[in-house]
Amino acid sequence: MSDFETVAATENQAARRGPSGEPGTPNQVGAANKPRSLAGDAWRDLRRNPIFWISLALVVIFTLMALLPGVFTANSPNDCLLSRQHAGPSGGAIFGYDFQGCDTYSRAVYGTRASLLVGALAALGTGIIALVIGMLAGYFGRWVDAVLSRVIDVVLGIPLLLAAIVLLKRVSSDSQWARIGAVVFVLALLGWTTAARVVRSSVITAKEQDYVAAARMLGAGNSRIMWRHILPNSLAPAIVVLTIALGSFIAAEATLSFLGIGLKAPTISWGQDIDTGRIHMREAATPLIVPSAFLALTVLAFIMLGDAIRDAFDPKLR
Amino acid sequence: MFRYILRRLLQMVLAFFGTTLIVYALTFAGQGDPIQALAGERPVTPAQRAYLTEKYNLDQTGVGGFFYRYFDYVKDLLQGNLGESLTGRSIGDILQQAWPVTVRLALIALAVAIIFGVTAGVLAGIRRASIFDNSTLVLTLLVLGIPTIVLAPLAQYFLGVKWQLFPPTAGSDPTFYALLLPGIVLGSLSLATALRLTRASVAENLRADYVRTARSKGLVKRRIVIVHVLRNSLIPVVTFLGVELGNLMSGAIITEGVFNIPGVGFNLFRGIRTEDGPLVVGIVSVLVVVYLVSNLVVDVLYAVLDPRIRYE
Repeated sequence: MSDFETVAATENQAARRGPSGEPGTPNQVGAANKPRSLAGDAWRDLRRNPIFWISLALVVIFTLMALLPGVFTANSPNDCLLSRQHAGPSGGAIFGYDFQGCDTYSRAVYGTRASLLVGALAALGTGIIALVIGMLAGYFGRWVDAVLSRVIDVVLGIPLLLAAIVLLKRVSSDSQWARIGAVVFVLALLGWTTAARVVRSSVITAKEQDYVAAARMLGAGNSRIMWRHILPNSLAPAIVVLTIALGSFIAAEATLSFLGIGLKAPTISWGQDIDTGRIHMREAATPLIVPSAFLALTVLAFIMLGDAIRDAFDPKLR
Repeated sequence: MFRYILRRLLQMVLAFFGTTLIVYALTFAGQGDPIQALAGERPVTPAQRAYLTEKYNLDQTGVGGFFYRYFDYVKDLLQGNLGESLTGRSIGDILQQAWPVTVRLALIALAVAIIFGVTAGVLAGIRRASIFDNSTLVLTLLVLGIPTIVLAPLAQYFLGVKWQLFPPTAGSDPTFYALLLPGIVLGSLSLATALRLTRASVAENLRADYVRTARSKGLVKRRIVIVHVLRNSLIPVVTFLGVELGNLMSGAIITEGVFNIPGVGFNLFRGIRTEDGPLVVGIVSVLVVVYLVSNLVVDVLYAVLDPRIRYE
């Protein structure tokens, strides 16, 4: 689950010696000694990268699917007839019917909403925690940094899946929103550490810049400097990390639903459908393969998108 | 060095108490009347109640009582006394039977990661930006991005059920052959990570001064790669694989569940399915300890192996 982040983090450590963190913003890094800005350079790179376009297209398609599932399929996911159990394709149900006699394709399409919602909310929550903690640790330094960095170390040491199992077992409510909220809460609570480290290191780089000293000389207070000057400059690397994290959160949600402790019916989720499809794979394989493909494509799209953007913005990895 | 180990040890102790406290607080504390819960629907006599209250220190109330019982739980955990599952079996016994299977599976996964991951990583690192390098990078990205809940059932369906190359499930007392497919599925994630790490580290070391010196001495490329580059490049990989062994042992929940392998993860999987609270908590507590200890060992190993890294 978080393996991708681990690789990325270790690779980056290996690849660069010196101050870590993405180069701040485009305009100051580039303007000084290069004719083109870093953002321009990155965009030129991205434009020629097929992976970027493919993953961007997939992200757009899946987002549309989450917002307007009715456009992609005419059938209702809850229109189930046991008499059609594992029946072949017919009348709009291009992938046939599953164990309960529901339209396999329609269920996969409608499952997008819960997955993307959980992923996006968890990434948002993670982003807020990471920005607050990373900003405080990076800006104030000294004992604040020492304490917060140790907190990050400890939380990073907690195995995500195991902790999520214990936390979610405690949630007894079966209501749709309570479960979605619980999964989001657990993922955000355990998943903010990588992003917080990235924010911290970029804040440390940003606060040494001349414009921060200038702002301070003009009499700006700590909160104004943090909000107006440092935050905009450390946002970009955080957003890249969060895009990748969004993909891993979707995978984590599906894993928890697969285990039976994440989202539950009536919410339609890929993890649950994969589990049901797996049990009956000998009778019919499409109810397993279709939601699996949707899940894998969504997770890959977000991870590859984040990866492509990071590669473009990080000249040292080129 | 000594200070680093000491700090790391303190950190682990903190993480240990932090996680066990969360586990304990969420599962045992805050439930209504534990004695009545133990007895179920049957009546409890005052004598039994007094005995149980005495035995489990239930008369201590408030925050002090909570920590009193929490330390009891930690003491039991450290002594390996994990209680019984809802079906009445001792959790210690269940784990004793399950560990060997899980360890075997983890070792197979690790072997897969080392044989394929490290070899391909070295090749990709030497021929950076070649077709081989680019295709392995895309492949590893695919493997890293596809969740296990997709990979395991699909591998089981295609390789086990449809084309019948491997036995689809393992069952009790699994053979090496039955564990091979789950081992490959479990190891594929570590394989991808090991490959990328080896590649990055080989590519970096190939540019080092000592490699240039070796080349100017006229050594053949094979010798430079094997003797000079590999030895320095494998340090991060070795440490990564060490952490991974811990991860593999605690992370095989899905793989063992899907392939019906009677290991630790499978028991946890079943415990979650049958809502067996004590079993889940017991196994999670043990796995957390395994995870923390393996992380600690590897971090210390890293500090010993790589003198270039100076810890404050």
